[in-house]
Parts: sequence; C-alpha cells; structure tokens
Amino acid sequence: MSHEVDVVVVGGGPAGLAAATRLRERGVARVLVIEREAQAGGVPRHCVHPGFGLRDLHRSLSGPRYAGELVRRALVHGVEILTSATVTDVDAAGVSLTSMSGTRRIDARAIVVATGARERPRAARHVAGDRPAGIFTTGQLQQWTYVEKLPVGRRALVVGAEHVSFSALMTLRHAGVATVAMATELAHHQSVGGAGLFARAYARAPLHTSTRVLEIRGRRRVESVVLEHVHSGRTWVETVDTVVFTGDWIPDHELVRRGGVVMDPGTLGPSSDAAGRTSIETLYAAGNLMHPVESADVAARGAREVADAVAAELVHRPGGTQPWVTLRCEGPLQWIWPNRIMEGHTPPLLRVRTKDFTAARTLEAVSVEGRVAVSDTLRRTTPHRSLRAPHGIVTALGHGGIEIVRLV
Amino acid sequence: MTAYLERDVVDVAIIGAGVVGCALARELAGYACSVVVLEQAPDICEGTSKANTAILHTGFDCVPGTLESRLVREGYALLAPYARAAHIALEETGAVLVAWDEEQAGALEGLAQKARDNGYDETTLLSASEVYQREPSLGEGVTGGLSVPGESIIDPWSVVAAYATEAVRAGVRLHLNTRVRAIHREGDVHVLATNAGGVRARWLLNAAGLSSSVVDGLCDHHDFTIQPRRGELIVFDKLSRNLVTSIILPVPTARTKGVLISPTVFGNVLLGPTADDVSDPAATATTRDGLSRLREAGRRMMPALLEEETTAAYAGLRAASEHQDYQVRRHGAENYICIGGIRSTGLTASLALARHVVGLMVAGGFEAPARARAAVPQMAPLGESQQRRYLDDELIAENPAYGHVVCHCERVSEGEILDALRGDLAATGVSGLRRRTRAMNGRCQGFYCAARVVAMMAEATGSDVATLTGLDG
Repeated sequence: MSHEVDVVVVGGGPAGLAAATRLRERGVARVLVIEREAQAGGVPRHCVHPGFGLRDLHRSLSGPRYAGELVRRALVHGVEILTSATVTDVDAAGVSLTSMSGTRRIDARAIVVATGARERPRAARHVAGDRPAGIFTTGQLQQWTYVEKLPVGRRALVVGAEHVSFSALMTLRHAGVATVAMATELAHHQSVGGAGLFARAYARAPLHTSTRVLEIRGRRRVESVVLEHVHSGRTWVETVDTVVFTGDWIPDHELVRRGGVVMDPGTLGPSSDAAGRTSIETLYAAGNLMHPVESADVAARGAREVADAVAAELVHRPGGTQPWVTLRCEGPLQWIWPNRIMEGHTPPLLRVRTKDFTAARTLEAVSVEGRVAVSDTLRRTTPHRSLRAPHGIVTALGHGGIEIVRLV
Repeated sequence: MTAYLERDVVDVAIIGAGVVGCALARELAGYACSVVVLEQAPDICEGTSKANTAILHTGFDCVPGTLESRLVREGYALLAPYARAAHIALEETGAVLVAWDEEQAGALEGLAQKARDNGYDETTLLSASEVYQREPSLGEGVTGGLSVPGESIIDPWSVVAAYATEAVRAGVRLHLNTRVRAIHREGDVHVLATNAGGVRARWLLNAAGLSSSVVDGLCDHHDFTIQPRRGELIVFDKLSRNLVTSIILPVPTARTKGVLISPTVFGNVLLGPTADDVSDPAATATTRDGLSRLREAGRRMMPALLEEETTAAYAGLRAASEHQDYQVRRHGAENYICIGGIRSTGLTASLALARHVVGLMVAGGFEAPARARAAVPQMAPLGESQQRRYLDDELIAENPAYGHVVCHCERVSEGEILDALRGDLAATGVSGLRRRTRAMNGRCQGFYCAARVVAMMAEATGSDVATLTGLDG
C-alpha cells in the first residue's frame, strides 16, 4: 500500500508543531502538518503577553514569538506545513481536506490529531437573555484586538477566573476597555496564588466568587448583566457593554469523534494513553485535544512524547495482541488522564482534575471489585487545573484489575 | 411631511418584509404593476420569520375547515418544488408523533382522523416498538406513535431571501429601515407617512406580523389583537444529529403543539419551543425558566441529547391572535387587505397565502395583467444534504475562495461570505450575514472566526465595526 506521507499531523498549534518537529528528529521521512488558518502557530499567535515557552524552550517569549519559533523549528527540521487547508475527515488511513486547490485525500501511515480546545461560549453555558452584540470568548477577543484591531467596547464583565481569564483582563486593558468585575461560580479563583489581588491591582476589578451570570440584557448591544450570588440568592445588575466568557475549555473533538475514535466521558477528548494512542491503532492524539487545558508549553512537551511513540511504532507496531484497560474515575473527580493504558504497563504519569473545590484529599487506586489497593494524599484540588497524582497511585494502575481512581 | 420616498403613486404597498410580505412581493412580481415593500428593520426576515422551528408542515394537525388548514396544505404543495428549484435545503425526514402514556396513545387514532379531515391520508399508527425501531434514542415510556411521512425540514431564512430576491429582480422596490408611522386616505390613495418619507399606494397590504394589529389600527380597523406568544428553542451540537432520524412531535394540546425534537437542515438538532404569552412584542430574550423547562422535557424525551453541547438558544415570537385561524380580511372599499394572526405555519403557507391574497385583490378590482416571471433565484447551498461549496471542486477551480474555509464549525468559505455581502440582497448586519451563510452559527459561536468575518464585513461594505456591533449608540 502506498502512502503519500509517513505521518500527517492535523492542527499546527504548539502540540502539532512540536510533534511534527520531533518526528523529523526521530528520522521520520515525510511529515506533513495541516493547518486551517493562514498561519501555523495556534492560539499563542493571539496572546500578546510573555510567559510562553518556559517549559519547552526554557525562556519567556510572547505568544506570537513563541508560535513563530515553533514554526521556524519545524521548517528547519524539514516539516512540511500546509496552511489554509481544512481537514474534513480523519480515519485510520489518512485524512480528507479542502483548500483553495480543491478537495484532496492524503494517506498516511500514522495520523496525529492535535486540534486543541476551545472555550465554551455563552449558549453552551445556558446563560439566558437577549442576543446582542458584545458577547465574546477570550479567543475571539484576542483575535478581535490583536489580529484584526477592531473596537471592543467600553465596560466589560469577565466571566470565569482561571488562568485564561486573567489573560482576558490584560487584553481588555490593552484594548482600552475597563473591566468592571470578574465573576466565577466557584468559591475561589482557579489560577496561581495572588491572582485575585492581581485583578484588583491591575484592572481595579473586584473578583466576585460564588457568583453566576443569570441573564444578559440588551437590544443591539449588551446593556447589562444580571448576576447572582449562588449561596445567598442575592442578585444584582452590572451595567456593561461587553461580556467575555473565559475558559471552561472543551476539546475540539469533532474530527476524532466522527472518525469513530472511542471518547472519554470525563475529558470529552479521545480515550487515550500517555503516548496519545487511541482506540484506532494508527490514529494518535496530542495536546489539549486529550484533556483541556494545559499551557502551550506543556501541550508541546507532551506532544513530543506522542511523537516518540509514533516514530517507534512506524518501525515496529506491537500489533493487536496487547489488551487495553479503560480507566475511570469516581468521587468529585471530573477526569483522569491517561484514561486508557496497556494492561500490565505502568503509565509514566497520571493527571487528575476535580469538578469543584472539595475537601476530599485522599486519592485511591481501586480494583473493579472495589478493593482499595493504594491510597495517598493530594496536596490540592483546583477545578480547571489538573495536577499529577502521587507516584504510588500511578504504579498500581493496570495491574490485577486496578482500573478505578477515586477521590474521597 | 414634505419629501416622498416614492415620487409616483405605486400600485401596491406591502408593509413588512418577513416571509408573508416577501411572498406577497414575489407573487405580485408576476403582474405588471409597481410594488414597494416597507420594512422597519435593517434587513428582511428580522421579525417573527427569523426564529421558528424550520418545519415544512403537511397541515395534518390543523383545525379542519379553517383557512389555515387549506393554505398550509396548498402552501406545502407549492413550497416543496419551489425550494428544490431555488436550491433551498429541504429534507423529507418525516415526523413521528410520540405518545408517552395510555391517554396520549388513545388520542392517536383521533389525530389520524383529523389528518384525513385536513386532506392528509398518509399517516400510519405505530406500536411502541416500531417507534423505538425508528428512533432508538428516545427515552423510556413510549406507548405508541403516529407516522407523518410528509413532514419535512427546511432552511427558513433562504425561503424569505429567495422570495425577496425574485421580487427585487423583477423590479419590486424594497425599503429597509422604513417604519410606517401614520396612514390616511386621500381619495382612492393610501398615504403612508414613514420615517424615510411618504408613500402613496392604490393598494395596501398589511403583512406586519407582530405589528399587524398596530398597522390595522393605523387604518382605523380593530378586528383582532396580536398576542405575541414566545417560543424558546435550544440548538444542539451537530454531533447529536445521528441521535434523531425524523421530527419527533408530542401529542398536541389545545394551546400548543408542544415541545418537539427536530433535526435541522444545517445538521443540528432543535429542542423546543415553549409557548408563553408575553405583552412586549420585542421580548425575544430567552429565559432561565424557559430554558430549564426545555432541558427537563428534552431529558425525558431523549436523555442522550442532553449530554451533547448546546450550540445556541433563541426565542421567537409567534404573531398569534385571539382567534383560532389566520386573520385575512379585505376591506373592499379601501383596497386594503390585512394579513394577520399568521402563526408558525406561515412559512409553509406563504406561497398559497400570497396567491390567496392576490386573488382577493383581483376580486376587488385589481386589474394589472399577469406577466412572465423571472427565473427562480439560485440560493447558496447551505444544507448538509446539499453539495456545500467547500466540497465543490468544480466551483473551487473557478473561484478558489470557495475552498478557503473561514468559519470552521459550519465550514463556510470566504467565497460564500463575499457573495452574501454583495448582490441584490446583500447582508446589512452581522445577524443577516449569519442567516445568509451560517458563518458564526456553529459550536464555537465565533471563538475562531468572528473577528475575521466581522472585519471582512466592514471591508466589503464600508461600514465601521462600531456600527456593526452596536457600539455607535
């Protein structure tokens, strides 16, 4: 069977570019990245603030410079990058795409899908009210401000208080918009320590915790937002013309789901192991598609490990004899990852994430019969942020029917 | 008022450019006469016509013997071939009316009889297991069903756009942003005062939808009152489309057809509508209560659907009146026809309704001779059952912009967006662009493409972004 390329990588963000570069470093001959935007680089292209590249390039770059550096490295290593090309289908044998040259089929010996994640927009969060102009996600706001340089508004409410929400604060200030307040339904913000103080000092915006958005009002343009304190039931109105819904990431999983890959009910990404192996042998996942959402450099580093597995398996595929185990989680955990491992193989790490702030701290590795094999303590639980499980839990998984991770 | 918007007395003035007003304009384009359409909004299809359930009804559940029953039946027979000729997305999915208890199951035979009374003989009764065979994702508790194979789904926005395009190409003048403030008679002529100037017309057709009783009042008639009834709807992610085969209807009550689950021609699944009387004819906000009632009803009907992401939620207002039937009245001496109380079936009935109204005009002395019609306009293929532009190699070879996808969720190309920004009925606002192309209507709601699309719109139309996004107020 002839292949047009050895590996096709769907998505030219940090994970896709890092995977492709690593594949070339490992001697894979023909590696093609397909990017639907006019330029590769992914979301960091629109994040005009420093802090990118710390964990992979070991220096702090702005988002656009980081994206540019990843593209440069990929090209230097001989990766082919096809831009303004949209992959319309993926399957075990390759991809279908459309572009200004028409539709095309590309066969590959392996496919790495790195389509990333997006923020849940207003409707997906079930916020009622009018549908005026002035409702953004951070991604939209940043392209609006930095790429197209369009006018945003005057007074904004930021919904959410995770890492990206503070990035939205900076973008709003850059755009000359006053942030009136931040609001999160959770009891605390979910970013690094001091973030709430930062919001107050930087944007003079109070952080309303345990606060949800009930309703948006406005005919042509947002006029106000109704907020509610979830415990007291007190409601109030903020007069704003702009609302930015931040974070609450969901994997952009359409292509893999339509391609028939088994999905994980917690991450909403493909069920996958630490090397991005999915239920389809030749199809791998990388980056924030697997579990939203890590910073760009973490996604890029993980993608290099995926690339190592892909490169090795192009030479020698272990074959279908290895039984797979699907891991699941219980208690206040939202997801664990990897959520799919080879039986008898210890995963290199385990990331866990909770739905809410919780007092539960005891993490257990449990057998399918309900026997607690190992238990250990988690040092923190922050919704919207994953953390690595203690080593003892990780080593217990996949042996003797230990398939459940539980937080109590 | 001093200035005239129209220098000469026109033969016909139509108030309202929704599905009814545009269908009237299209029908009159087949006659040698001068026609103007006055629309208060900045675009066509901005009122009740823009937010409905997008179903082409057979009329099986109408009240037999009413004008609505006849016009829905006739309109169905006219609109299906028109939509095909105009390349408007249409899928004959059929419907299953689902009973959830013994009482509802007992009502099915009566509904089949009602369908026959409405001239529709194609229904068949289904057992619970036959219902599950057709719709395996339905929740527990189905007791039976009625198959209505003719019920279809359609692109409701392109229908209005096709009518308007056909009319405008035939010389009908469409005045947007034009609100009628006062109407009086001078001899045989209606004199309409609008914010944009005066219009004098021999015939006046009131197709003002939610404002039709207000316009009726401007003509000193008070035959009915519009009682806006809000319907809220939730659009689910395209990944839910394979959960549903046909339109899933509940057993109707006297008040409403109830909450349905329907596929859309754009490949989504729709859940709704609610039915709540409101006093404000602009109350198109969704409500917490309405959305949670819908989610609760949806969870019982199809639990798996509620596991999928919500793409959008919206509310539309039905221009219902206190009467059971459409309110179509010719005031003979005045050459004035009011077309009011047109509820959600108006989309299906539109072509027959227009033909009916022109029939009333002819009976009332309207003498313009019929003339040849222009070709049916060819609309952009927006439906998932059609060949979308981004997959059309022949077209992409001619114009590569059709292969450049800008809105990724809905796979809308640069070429389609540029098409919608020029031509006979160019989009004048962001929501009009959404209706003409699907751009920004997808699961990310603009996370990826909104900045680019709005910038393209500003470039192509010369309007500034502050105005396009309501920041000029």
